[in-house]
Amino acid sequence: MTKLDHLRNRDAVLRMSEAEAEKRASVIDPDDERMIINMGPQHPSTHGVLRVTMELQGETVLRSKPVIGYLHTGMEKTAEDLTYLQGPTNVTRMDYAAPLFTELTFSLAVEALLEIEIPDRATWIRMLMCELNRMSSHLLFLATNGMDLGAVGMMIYGWREREEVLRFFEKVTGLRMNHNYIRPGGVAADLPDGWQEDVQNILEVLPQRLEQFDVLMTGQPIWRERTQGIGVITTEEALAMGATGPILRSTGYAWDLRRAMPYLAYDQVDFDIVVGTYGDTFDRYAIRLNEIRESMRIVEQCLELIPDGQYRAEDRKVTPPPRARIDESMEALIHHFKIFTEGFKVPPGEVYTAVESPRGELGCYLVSDGGPKPQRMHIRAPSFVNLQTLPHMMHGGLLADAIAVISSIDPIMGEVDR
Amino acid sequence: MTESPASLDEEIESGDEDLPEDDVERLHGSAVVVNNDQTVLHTGTAEYHDLIQALSDDGYGVCIDLCGADYLGNDTRLLPVTVTAERFELVVNLLDVEASRRLRVRVQLPEAAPIVATITDIHPGAEAMEREANDMFGLEFEGHPDPTPILLPDDWQGHPLRKDYSMGRIPVQFKAVDGR
Repeated sequence: MTKLDHLRNRDAVLRMSEAEAEKRASVIDPDDERMIINMGPQHPSTHGVLRVTMELQGETVLRSKPVIGYLHTGMEKTAEDLTYLQGPTNVTRMDYAAPLFTELTFSLAVEALLEIEIPDRATWIRMLMCELNRMSSHLLFLATNGMDLGAVGMMIYGWREREEVLRFFEKVTGLRMNHNYIRPGGVAADLPDGWQEDVQNILEVLPQRLEQFDVLMTGQPIWRERTQGIGVITTEEALAMGATGPILRSTGYAWDLRRAMPYLAYDQVDFDIVVGTYGDTFDRYAIRLNEIRESMRIVEQCLELIPDGQYRAEDRKVTPPPRARIDESMEALIHHFKIFTEGFKVPPGEVYTAVESPRGELGCYLVSDGGPKPQRMHIRAPSFVNLQTLPHMMHGGLLADAIAVISSIDPIMGEVDR
Repeated sequence: MTESPASLDEEIESGDEDLPEDDVERLHGSAVVVNNDQTVLHTGTAEYHDLIQALSDDGYGVCIDLCGADYLGNDTRLLPVTVTAERFELVVNLLDVEASRRLRVRVQLPEAAPIVATITDIHPGAEAMEREANDMFGLEFEGHPDPTPILLPDDWQGHPLRKDYSMGRIPVQFKAVDGR
């Protein structure tokens, strides 16, 4: 158990109540140079409302603790009051930078309990959309990461590129975020006419822009100086803390659910897992940058391999009847009405499904009691778990580097607090 | 930790003479159920900590998820005959990154005393998740290094995800604007 002893002995987590901290602040001890300061919850670099309590000695961070919960809205409780068809509208609001992944893991869980197969086309549409979403999420990371470290130009470029993807999402789903597009049984609508050209367009524009990022950021000495060797974490530490996604991969451990436990059609496409070497902030940046390139490879293959067919399951229990049928058939109208008012019933049972979101393993634990609403819906949010590595990454580093470390975890507070 | 489970070197056994009561498949003394192609272990509070330790030695080295569940009013739950159903459940999803396999442990927690040993000494990553389960369901983890609220305010009363905690308790008051 050396890895655990190591974690414990570092004493990186500040476990101190508010009252205790206040008491310590009021006693002035000239020999004690440590002080406790508070960063956030409203700090531009905290990606929402993250608050970090830090114990400093001079400019060195000794112990720290992320304080979360400011964005808690009880979405898991809300889920128990929504039907399975309404469920995606709720979960999509958790990780607002990568909403399709939460919809996907929820839908996969419901489908596992229903034991229904979804058509191949729906699977490939889901994969295409998710990879595009991974690109937009990582582009947002590049933008905010640059901004946090003072590369303000990067913020504009990252957002500009993300816009290309969001414009396509708007065309397909009608919304730029919180799509409610992936639903139990398939997707909400087929891809619109001319979608190939739009995707092709994104694939043509992005590579040269990514190369510009390489010039602007990757090879630039100031950027390297600020990120290399900062916030180092080892594979053992990452696994012990339950960290997944780019944080685990930055340590050189090639763990990606798309490869390790393939879902959708990831076993039929060709892509590489990007890993780092040192587990530092730079590696996490470089992994995300290169994962955009890998996602583009998958999207390219989706363009070629996407089959024709239905975009949702032809299971009358789950799928509402086609719009045209409602005008001519009374039964179809009743059926449509029933599905949208009562919802469909899901057999009793419990299931855990997981997908690889841009931030790591995104899981959904779903318990059904046989009714039209979940009895318990729990989302295993990668940001929530990954945030635990923060004190260990910041321990012994400079206060200025804390910003770089928080940014490199890429937490989405909507998902952390749910 | 009064009852010790089957010793660690005993692998899956069924109908063993130490366990005469049934023909339930067992792993480290806990009943194994496979549903939806997912392996689920059922256990009680006494054996839980040792079971997680034994599974960790077996390769399930990552605690990927930990959450509570409240089965108040749900009588559709299927459990092995050896397990006594209780109101609360603690659900722990473990991951073996070497062999790419998953395993789920469901612990029955009685309503009167939903107390269980912490597993943060085995999986430090369970710390935040145990705090969340404590917030939401009032499950208590003995030996937890930092048993404070994580998502809820420090002075919050009650545990919101319990089934008997109703929604929408704060009334909204609409007041007329003066002078209209």
